[in-house]
Amino acid sequence: MSTTAAAIFNRPTPAKRAETVVFWLLRLATYFVLFCAAFIFIDIGWKGGSVVFRTQAPFLNVPFLTEAPETLNVFTLDGQPRTMGDRAFRAFKATHEAELKGVRIETYVYSAGGIFPNIVGTVLLVAGSVLIALVLGVLSAIYLSEYATDGPFIRFLRLAIINLAGVPSIVFGLFGFGLFVIALDFGVSLLAGWLTMAFMVLPIIITASEEALKAVPRGYREGSLALGATKFQAITTNVLPYALPGILTSSVLSIARVAGETAPIMFTAAFVVRDELPWQVAKWTDFFFQGVMALPYHIYVVASKIPQNEYTRDVQYGTAFVFLFTVAAIAMTAVILRQRLRKRYKW
Amino acid sequence: MRAISVAPAAPVDAAVRAIIEIDDIDFHYGPARALHDITLNIKERQVTAFIGPSGCGKSTLLRCLNRMNDLIDGARVTAGQIRIDGVNIYDPRVDAIELRKRVGMVFQKSNPFPKSIYDNITYGLRIQGEKNKGRLDEVVERSLRGAALWDEVKDRLHESALGMSGGQQQRLCIARAIAVEPEIILMDEPCSALDPIATAKVEELIHELKKQFTIVIVTHNMQQAARCSDRTAFFYLGKLIEFADTRTIFMNPANPQTEAYVSGRFG
Repeated sequence: MSTTAAAIFNRPTPAKRAETVVFWLLRLATYFVLFCAAFIFIDIGWKGGSVVFRTQAPFLNVPFLTEAPETLNVFTLDGQPRTMGDRAFRAFKATHEAELKGVRIETYVYSAGGIFPNIVGTVLLVAGSVLIALVLGVLSAIYLSEYATDGPFIRFLRLAIINLAGVPSIVFGLFGFGLFVIALDFGVSLLAGWLTMAFMVLPIIITASEEALKAVPRGYREGSLALGATKFQAITTNVLPYALPGILTSSVLSIARVAGETAPIMFTAAFVVRDELPWQVAKWTDFFFQGVMALPYHIYVVASKIPQNEYTRDVQYGTAFVFLFTVAAIAMTAVILRQRLRKRYKW
Repeated sequence: MRAISVAPAAPVDAAVRAIIEIDDIDFHYGPARALHDITLNIKERQVTAFIGPSGCGKSTLLRCLNRMNDLIDGARVTAGQIRIDGVNIYDPRVDAIELRKRVGMVFQKSNPFPKSIYDNITYGLRIQGEKNKGRLDEVVERSLRGAALWDEVKDRLHESALGMSGGQQQRLCIARAIAVEPEIILMDEPCSALDPIATAKVEELIHELKKQFTIVIVTHNMQQAARCSDRTAFFYLGKLIEFADTRTIFMNPANPQTEAYVSGRFG
């Protein structure tokens, strides 16, 4: 009695001290991750936000979001520092030829104007490649999970798919360049970029879709078949609809991956600069065979220009901010769609 | 020996047609032999019960009757024939899809689809291409009445079937099976997850259904076999030990193993 009473009083034992230390390690590790993520988001949010948002109505930097990138001209005239986009500067030069004589003009590529074509290009690239990857991926997943008989060949196929996930994106980029751009003669084009990136995210989509299909209870399949459904009818009416939310989860992951990648598109789909917007094509088939500007590639381009100063910084942070926002918005669409499907096909 | 109530002796009429003839069937899961030389006849519009301890092959045999085992990799009938209406159902010319329309199945775990009650019942007809609303409505009412469920659910046909009680879900699965108008209904331990009251309702239903359908039921519950079947087959380790009318199996079994099992000494 008295020994129990003595023993249960809280006294530090080596085991307890070890636990306290471990507990703090776990906690610090988690907080460190949180801190890094918060730092990145706050830094981009703050510096990029100040480029994109304005304190007066309409509270948005409309030109930045609606215009194409331009070269920024910086010069000092009559003791006044002036900054001008290329088009404005040419107009100004035409009328102030004399005054500009002898004035030193610094130019910074793509630091004026906006990033509208890049936003459009990224949205197009993401939408097309995720769509292609979803169609191919879901079909393969259905084959693997519902039709294929497990054997050495199917195991090899699965291994190949998993290995595909480990291939560096630059290799995909060069593969796409070799196959689509050159061998199939698509040129640097949306189509080549779509296919390259679709292949890149296929492993994610196949694996996740297969898991989602496997999670649908066997009873739904057997129930359908016992009522005289063919396997295909059972899958389309009673398996696939319930797997869709899970499949869309994989598409959210792929969206983030596809939108963020620079390497696969720099050889296959991305232009540094292009004057026409994607819908300004002569005939509709040209749409698929045009290159586009894209946000991640633009960030790479503006970040690798020398010199770096306050003029170039704005466009870098602004682009990064809009980029994060665009990816979040596309991913959000998929999340909302998933939520709706979940509600509709509850099980 | 426990007292077991046995249903009033069914008219065991030698003239009743055998609709299913199982003839010397062997069945393998990969290399493992699950059924040994099973021969038995199932008579039209009777309830035939398969009993026996777990793993004795009774569910395997049941799933042979509508070729549900086709879906399991490596599972196959290795010898013998199963004839339904005189046709060997393992003949390569037989379409398993058509077969399953004629031989319905109710599973151990009730598996209503996560759709409305209405959509569950009409599923079988819709995949066959039936679109006529009037005809579908009619089938829904007839099937639900047939499964003694109509009065309980007629006001919530368009609500999810998952909101029903366990017993109702199982009766819905029966209604769904009879909606496609099969000739034979296979039931794989249909009451194993139900409470006694829900079980009693399903048993009552089985009694009603046999007026119209031939029923084969697998059960672990010997009282259930005694209460609702006309003939009972006892399986052990993949072999058919004894097959006779239910009264004989429970009151006067010929085989000592059968006697030991039905009296509760093993299994």
